[in-house]
Amino acid sequence: MSADDHHHDNRHSHADAAAHQGPPRPDHDDTLTYYRAMETALRELLIDKGVFTADDVRRQVEDMDNRSPAQGARVVAKAWVDPSYRKLLLEDGGEACVVAGLDRGPYKLVVVENTPDTHNVIVCTLCSCYPRWLLGLPPDWYKSRAYRSRVVREPRAVLREFGTEIPDDVVVRVHDSTADMRYLVLPQRPAGTDGWSEERLSKLVSRDAMIGVSLPRRP
Amino acid sequence: MSRPDAVEPRFQPGDSVAVRIAYPLGHVRTPHYIRGKSGVVERLCGVFGNPEELAYARRGLPRQPLYRVRFRQGDVWPDYGGRPADTVDIEIYQHWLEPAS
Repeated sequence: MSADDHHHDNRHSHADAAAHQGPPRPDHDDTLTYYRAMETALRELLIDKGVFTADDVRRQVEDMDNRSPAQGARVVAKAWVDPSYRKLLLEDGGEACVVAGLDRGPYKLVVVENTPDTHNVIVCTLCSCYPRWLLGLPPDWYKSRAYRSRVVREPRAVLREFGTEIPDDVVVRVHDSTADMRYLVLPQRPAGTDGWSEERLSKLVSRDAMIGVSLPRRP
Repeated sequence: MSRPDAVEPRFQPGDSVAVRIAYPLGHVRTPHYIRGKSGVVERLCGVFGNPEELAYARRGLPRQPLYRVRFRQGDVWPDYGGRPADTVDIEIYQHWLEPAS
Protein backbone atom coordinates (compact mmCIF):
# COMPACT_ATOMS: atom_id res chain seq x y z
CA MET A 1 0.00 0.00 0.00
CA SER A 2 1.42 3.44 -0.92
CA ALA A 3 1.53 6.44 1.38
CA ASP A 4 -1.14 8.09 -0.76
CA ASP A 5 -3.57 5.23 -0.27
CA HIS A 6 -3.02 5.38 3.43
CA HIS A 7 -3.65 9.10 3.50
CA HIS A 8 -6.84 8.60 1.53
CA ASP A 9 -8.06 5.96 3.98
CA ASN A 10 -7.52 8.28 6.87
CA ARG A 11 -9.37 11.16 5.24
CA HIS A 12 -12.19 8.77 4.41
CA SER A 13 -12.54 7.72 8.05
CA HIS A 14 -12.58 11.28 9.25
CA ALA A 15 -15.18 12.28 6.69
CA ASP A 16 -17.47 9.42 7.77
CA ALA A 17 -16.76 9.65 11.48
CA ALA A 18 -20.40 9.16 12.35
CA ALA A 19 -20.66 5.93 10.33
CA HIS A 20 -17.30 4.44 11.37
CA GLN A 21 -17.01 3.61 15.04
CA GLY A 22 -13.34 3.73 16.00
CA PRO A 23 -10.18 3.47 13.90
CA PRO A 24 -9.89 1.10 10.92
CA ARG A 25 -9.08 -2.47 11.97
CA PRO A 26 -7.58 -5.33 9.98
CA ASP A 27 -9.91 -7.86 8.37
CA HIS A 28 -10.54 -11.01 10.37
CA ASP A 29 -9.98 -13.46 7.53
CA ASP A 30 -8.52 -16.71 8.81
CA THR A 31 -4.97 -17.73 8.08
CA LEU A 32 -4.55 -20.14 5.19
CA THR A 33 -3.23 -23.08 7.17
CA TYR A 34 -2.00 -26.39 5.72
CA TYR A 35 -5.29 -28.18 6.39
CA ARG A 36 -7.36 -25.26 5.10
CA ALA A 37 -5.40 -25.32 1.84
CA MET A 38 -5.89 -29.10 1.65
CA GLU A 39 -9.64 -28.74 2.21
CA THR A 40 -9.94 -26.07 -0.50
CA ALA A 41 -7.90 -28.11 -2.98
CA LEU A 42 -9.91 -31.30 -2.36
CA ARG A 43 -13.25 -29.50 -2.48
CA GLU A 44 -12.38 -27.77 -5.78
CA LEU A 45 -11.20 -31.05 -7.31
CA LEU A 46 -14.42 -32.83 -6.32
CA ILE A 47 -16.48 -29.97 -7.76
CA ASP A 48 -14.42 -30.04 -11.00
CA LYS A 49 -14.97 -33.78 -11.27
CA GLY A 50 -18.72 -33.33 -10.81
CA VAL A 51 -18.94 -35.36 -7.58
CA PHE A 52 -20.91 -32.51 -6.03
CA THR A 53 -21.53 -28.85 -6.71
CA ALA A 54 -20.50 -25.70 -4.87
CA ASP A 55 -24.17 -25.23 -4.03
CA ASP A 56 -24.27 -28.70 -2.41
CA VAL A 57 -21.38 -27.66 -0.15
CA ARG A 58 -23.01 -24.34 0.69
CA ARG A 59 -26.32 -26.07 1.47
CA GLN A 60 -24.62 -28.53 3.82
CA VAL A 61 -22.96 -25.67 5.68
CA GLU A 62 -26.29 -23.85 5.87
CA ASP A 63 -28.08 -26.99 7.15
CA MET A 64 -25.47 -27.44 9.89
CA ASP A 65 -25.67 -23.77 10.88
CA ASN A 66 -29.44 -24.12 11.22
CA ARG A 67 -29.09 -26.91 13.78
CA SER A 68 -29.03 -25.79 17.37
CA PRO A 69 -29.52 -27.05 20.93
CA ALA A 70 -33.21 -26.15 20.51
CA GLN A 71 -33.67 -29.53 18.79
CA GLY A 72 -32.23 -31.43 21.75
CA ALA A 73 -34.24 -29.28 24.16
CA ARG A 74 -37.44 -30.28 22.37
CA VAL A 75 -36.64 -33.96 22.89
CA VAL A 76 -35.81 -33.43 26.56
CA ALA A 77 -38.98 -31.42 27.28
CA LYS A 78 -41.09 -34.06 25.55
CA ALA A 79 -39.53 -36.76 27.75
CA TRP A 80 -40.30 -34.67 30.84
CA VAL A 81 -44.03 -34.51 30.09
CA ASP A 82 -44.60 -37.92 28.49
CA PRO A 83 -43.43 -41.05 30.39
CA SER A 84 -43.85 -43.35 27.39
CA TYR A 85 -41.76 -41.00 25.24
CA ARG A 86 -39.11 -40.89 27.98
CA LYS A 87 -38.98 -44.70 27.89
CA LEU A 88 -38.55 -44.70 24.11
CA LEU A 89 -35.85 -42.02 24.30
CA LEU A 90 -33.82 -44.09 26.77
CA GLU A 91 -34.29 -47.32 24.79
CA ASP A 92 -33.94 -46.08 21.22
CA GLY A 93 -32.73 -42.49 20.93
CA GLY A 94 -32.78 -42.46 17.13
CA GLU A 95 -36.40 -43.59 16.93
CA ALA A 96 -37.32 -41.01 19.58
CA CYS A 97 -35.76 -38.28 17.40
CA VAL A 98 -37.94 -39.39 14.47
CA VAL A 99 -41.07 -39.42 16.64
CA ALA A 100 -40.26 -35.81 17.65
CA GLY A 101 -40.10 -34.84 13.97
CA LEU A 102 -36.28 -34.65 13.85
CA ASP A 103 -33.61 -36.53 11.90
CA ARG A 104 -32.73 -39.99 13.14
CA GLY A 105 -29.10 -38.92 12.83
CA PRO A 106 -26.15 -40.73 11.27
CA TYR A 107 -25.14 -42.45 14.54
CA LYS A 108 -26.89 -44.40 17.28
CA LEU A 109 -28.02 -42.04 20.02
CA VAL A 110 -27.52 -43.17 23.61
CA VAL A 111 -29.48 -41.05 26.09
CA VAL A 112 -28.25 -41.10 29.68
CA GLU A 113 -30.61 -39.97 32.39
CA ASN A 114 -29.72 -37.86 35.40
CA THR A 115 -31.46 -38.99 38.58
CA PRO A 116 -31.34 -37.87 42.21
CA ASP A 117 -28.32 -40.19 42.71
CA THR A 118 -26.57 -40.09 39.29
CA HIS A 119 -25.12 -37.25 37.23
CA ASN A 120 -23.92 -37.87 33.66
CA VAL A 121 -21.44 -35.90 31.59
CA ILE A 122 -20.30 -36.40 27.97
CA VAL A 123 -16.87 -36.12 26.41
CA CYS A 124 -14.98 -37.42 23.41
CA THR A 125 -11.40 -37.85 24.62
CA LEU A 126 -10.17 -38.88 21.16
CA CYS A 127 -11.55 -35.97 19.10
CA SER A 128 -14.85 -34.10 19.30
CA CYS A 129 -17.71 -36.58 18.67
CA TYR A 130 -20.98 -34.84 19.46
CA PRO A 131 -24.66 -35.34 18.51
CA ARG A 132 -24.51 -32.55 15.93
CA TRP A 133 -27.86 -33.34 14.38
CA LEU A 134 -29.50 -32.63 17.74
CA LEU A 135 -27.29 -29.93 19.26
CA GLY A 136 -25.57 -28.23 16.31
CA LEU A 137 -21.83 -27.64 16.34
CA PRO A 138 -20.01 -28.33 19.61
CA PRO A 139 -18.69 -25.40 21.66
CA ASP A 140 -14.95 -24.74 21.36
CA TRP A 141 -14.27 -25.83 24.95
CA TYR A 142 -15.76 -29.26 24.18
CA LYS A 143 -13.03 -29.73 21.56
CA SER A 144 -10.24 -28.37 23.76
CA ARG A 145 -7.49 -30.66 25.00
CA ALA A 146 -8.05 -29.33 28.53
CA TYR A 147 -11.70 -30.43 28.70
CA ARG A 148 -11.10 -33.74 26.93
CA SER A 149 -8.20 -34.78 29.12
CA ARG A 150 -9.46 -33.45 32.44
CA VAL A 151 -13.15 -34.36 32.51
CA VAL A 152 -12.39 -38.10 32.53
CA ARG A 153 -9.75 -37.72 35.23
CA GLU A 154 -11.28 -35.13 37.57
CA PRO A 155 -14.90 -34.65 36.46
CA ARG A 156 -16.05 -33.10 39.71
CA ALA A 157 -13.36 -30.43 39.57
CA VAL A 158 -14.20 -29.64 35.93
CA LEU A 159 -17.93 -29.45 36.71
CA ARG A 160 -17.16 -27.11 39.61
CA GLU A 161 -15.36 -24.79 37.17
CA PHE A 162 -18.59 -24.72 35.14
CA GLY A 163 -20.41 -23.70 38.34
CA THR A 164 -21.90 -27.15 38.85
CA GLU A 165 -21.38 -28.65 42.30
CA ILE A 166 -22.26 -32.35 42.45
CA PRO A 167 -22.97 -33.54 46.01
CA ASP A 168 -20.78 -36.36 47.37
CA ASP A 169 -23.72 -38.77 47.56
CA VAL A 170 -24.37 -38.45 43.80
CA VAL A 171 -22.38 -40.73 41.49
CA VAL A 172 -20.73 -39.01 38.52
CA ARG A 173 -20.76 -41.02 35.30
CA VAL A 174 -18.51 -39.83 32.48
CA HIS A 175 -19.32 -41.15 29.00
CA ASP A 176 -16.39 -41.23 26.61
CA SER A 177 -17.75 -41.10 23.07
CA THR A 178 -14.96 -43.09 21.42
CA ALA A 179 -16.66 -44.91 18.57
CA ASP A 180 -20.08 -45.30 16.93
CA MET A 181 -22.44 -43.95 19.63
CA ARG A 182 -23.37 -40.35 20.28
CA TYR A 183 -24.67 -39.19 23.65
CA LEU A 184 -27.26 -36.86 25.10
CA VAL A 185 -27.86 -36.19 28.79
CA LEU A 186 -31.49 -36.20 29.88
CA PRO A 187 -31.40 -33.75 32.80
CA GLN A 188 -33.78 -33.89 35.74
CA ARG A 189 -36.91 -31.82 35.37
CA PRO A 190 -36.61 -28.75 37.61
CA ALA A 191 -38.99 -28.50 40.56
CA GLY A 192 -41.73 -25.90 40.35
CA THR A 193 -42.63 -26.65 36.72
CA ASP A 194 -45.83 -28.65 37.26
CA GLY A 195 -48.30 -28.17 34.46
CA TRP A 196 -45.81 -26.43 32.17
CA SER A 197 -46.13 -27.02 28.43
CA GLU A 198 -43.38 -28.75 26.45
CA GLU A 199 -42.56 -25.50 24.73
CA ARG A 200 -42.17 -23.60 27.99
CA LEU A 201 -40.12 -26.42 29.56
CA SER A 202 -37.80 -26.58 26.55
CA LYS A 203 -36.66 -23.01 27.31
CA LEU A 204 -35.13 -24.30 30.55
CA VAL A 205 -32.94 -26.86 28.72
CA SER A 206 -29.57 -25.42 27.85
CA ARG A 207 -26.94 -26.93 25.59
CA ASP A 208 -24.58 -27.36 28.54
CA ALA A 209 -27.23 -29.23 30.54
CA MET A 210 -27.50 -31.74 27.67
CA ILE A 211 -23.70 -32.21 27.66
CA GLY A 212 -23.90 -32.57 31.43
CA VAL A 213 -21.58 -29.78 32.55
CA SER A 214 -24.56 -27.83 33.87
CA LEU A 215 -28.11 -28.22 35.13
CA PRO A 216 -31.34 -26.96 33.55
CA ARG A 217 -32.28 -23.36 34.22
CA ARG A 218 -34.54 -22.80 37.21
CA PRO A 219 -38.10 -21.62 36.54
CA MET B 1 -12.58 -70.65 2.41
CA SER B 2 -14.06 -67.23 3.01
CA ARG B 3 -13.68 -65.36 6.26
CA PRO B 4 -16.85 -64.43 8.14
CA ASP B 5 -18.18 -60.94 7.54
CA ALA B 6 -18.68 -60.27 11.25
CA VAL B 7 -17.31 -61.61 14.51
CA GLU B 8 -19.82 -63.17 16.94
CA PRO B 9 -20.25 -61.30 20.24
CA ARG B 10 -18.54 -63.16 23.07
CA PHE B 11 -19.52 -60.95 26.00
CA GLN B 12 -22.82 -60.08 27.66
CA PRO B 13 -23.92 -57.22 29.88
CA GLY B 14 -22.53 -57.79 33.37
CA ASP B 15 -19.42 -59.68 32.17
CA SER B 16 -16.10 -58.56 33.64
CA VAL B 17 -13.63 -57.64 30.92
CA ALA B 18 -10.10 -56.32 30.71
CA VAL B 19 -8.78 -54.02 28.00
CA ARG B 20 -5.74 -55.39 26.18
CA ILE B 21 -2.43 -53.68 26.72
CA ALA B 22 -1.21 -53.08 23.20
CA TYR B 23 0.18 -50.12 21.31
CA PRO B 24 -0.36 -50.76 17.62
CA LEU B 25 0.39 -47.95 15.20
CA GLY B 26 -2.38 -46.35 13.19
CA HIS B 27 -5.95 -45.25 13.82
CA VAL B 28 -7.11 -46.82 17.10
CA ARG B 29 -10.28 -45.95 19.03
CA THR B 30 -9.24 -47.46 22.36
CA PRO B 31 -8.00 -44.59 24.55
CA HIS B 32 -4.52 -45.08 26.04
CA TYR B 33 -5.76 -44.31 29.54
CA ILE B 34 -7.97 -47.38 29.65
CA ARG B 35 -5.58 -50.02 28.32
CA GLY B 36 -4.90 -52.67 30.95
CA LYS B 37 -7.93 -51.65 33.06
CA SER B 38 -10.86 -53.87 33.98
CA GLY B 39 -14.54 -53.03 33.89
CA VAL B 40 -18.00 -54.47 33.35
CA VAL B 41 -19.92 -54.69 30.07
CA GLU B 42 -22.83 -52.22 30.27
CA ARG B 43 -24.35 -53.12 26.89
CA LEU B 44 -23.65 -54.48 23.45
CA CYS B 45 -24.05 -51.50 21.09
CA GLY B 46 -24.11 -53.52 17.88
CA VAL B 47 -21.64 -54.83 15.33
CA PHE B 48 -19.65 -52.24 13.39
CA GLY B 49 -16.95 -52.01 10.75
CA ASN B 50 -13.53 -52.04 12.36
CA PRO B 51 -12.36 -48.40 12.40
CA GLU B 52 -8.73 -49.53 12.36
CA GLU B 53 -9.43 -50.82 8.84
CA LEU B 54 -12.01 -48.25 7.70
CA ALA B 55 -9.58 -45.42 8.45
CA TYR B 56 -7.37 -46.65 5.62
CA ALA B 57 -10.20 -47.01 3.09
CA ARG B 58 -10.38 -50.77 3.60
CA ARG B 59 -13.67 -52.56 4.18
CA GLY B 60 -13.56 -52.81 7.96
CA LEU B 61 -14.03 -56.58 7.90
CA PRO B 62 -14.63 -58.61 9.84
CA ARG B 63 -17.03 -56.26 11.60
CA GLN B 64 -16.53 -56.16 15.37
CA PRO B 65 -19.03 -56.19 18.22
CA LEU B 66 -18.89 -52.87 20.06
CA TYR B 67 -19.57 -52.66 23.79
CA ARG B 68 -20.02 -49.93 26.31
CA VAL B 69 -17.79 -50.92 29.22
CA ARG B 70 -18.19 -49.29 32.62
CA PHE B 71 -15.06 -48.71 34.70
CA ARG B 72 -14.87 -47.54 38.31
CA GLN B 73 -12.88 -44.33 38.44
CA GLY B 74 -11.10 -45.66 41.53
CA ASP B 75 -9.79 -48.51 39.34
CA VAL B 76 -8.81 -46.22 36.45
CA TRP B 77 -6.91 -43.52 38.37
CA PRO B 78 -5.07 -44.59 41.53
CA ASP B 79 -5.22 -41.00 42.84
CA TYR B 80 -8.82 -40.28 41.77
CA GLY B 81 -10.08 -37.35 43.80
CA GLY B 82 -13.85 -37.93 43.62
CA ARG B 83 -15.87 -40.89 44.85
CA PRO B 84 -14.18 -44.19 43.86
CA ALA B 85 -17.64 -45.43 42.75
CA ASP B 86 -17.81 -42.71 40.08
CA THR B 87 -17.58 -44.32 36.65
CA VAL B 88 -16.37 -43.77 33.13
CA ASP B 89 -18.20 -45.62 30.34
CA ILE B 90 -16.22 -46.19 27.15
CA GLU B 91 -17.08 -47.75 23.80
CA ILE B 92 -14.62 -50.56 23.11
CA TYR B 93 -14.51 -53.03 20.22
CA GLN B 94 -14.40 -56.71 21.07
CA HIS B 95 -10.91 -57.37 19.72
CA TRP B 96 -9.60 -55.07 22.46
CA LEU B 97 -11.31 -57.03 25.26
CA GLU B 98 -10.41 -60.17 27.18
CA PRO B 99 -12.37 -61.96 29.91
CA ALA B 100 -11.35 -60.70 33.35
CA SER B 101 -11.42 -62.90 36.43
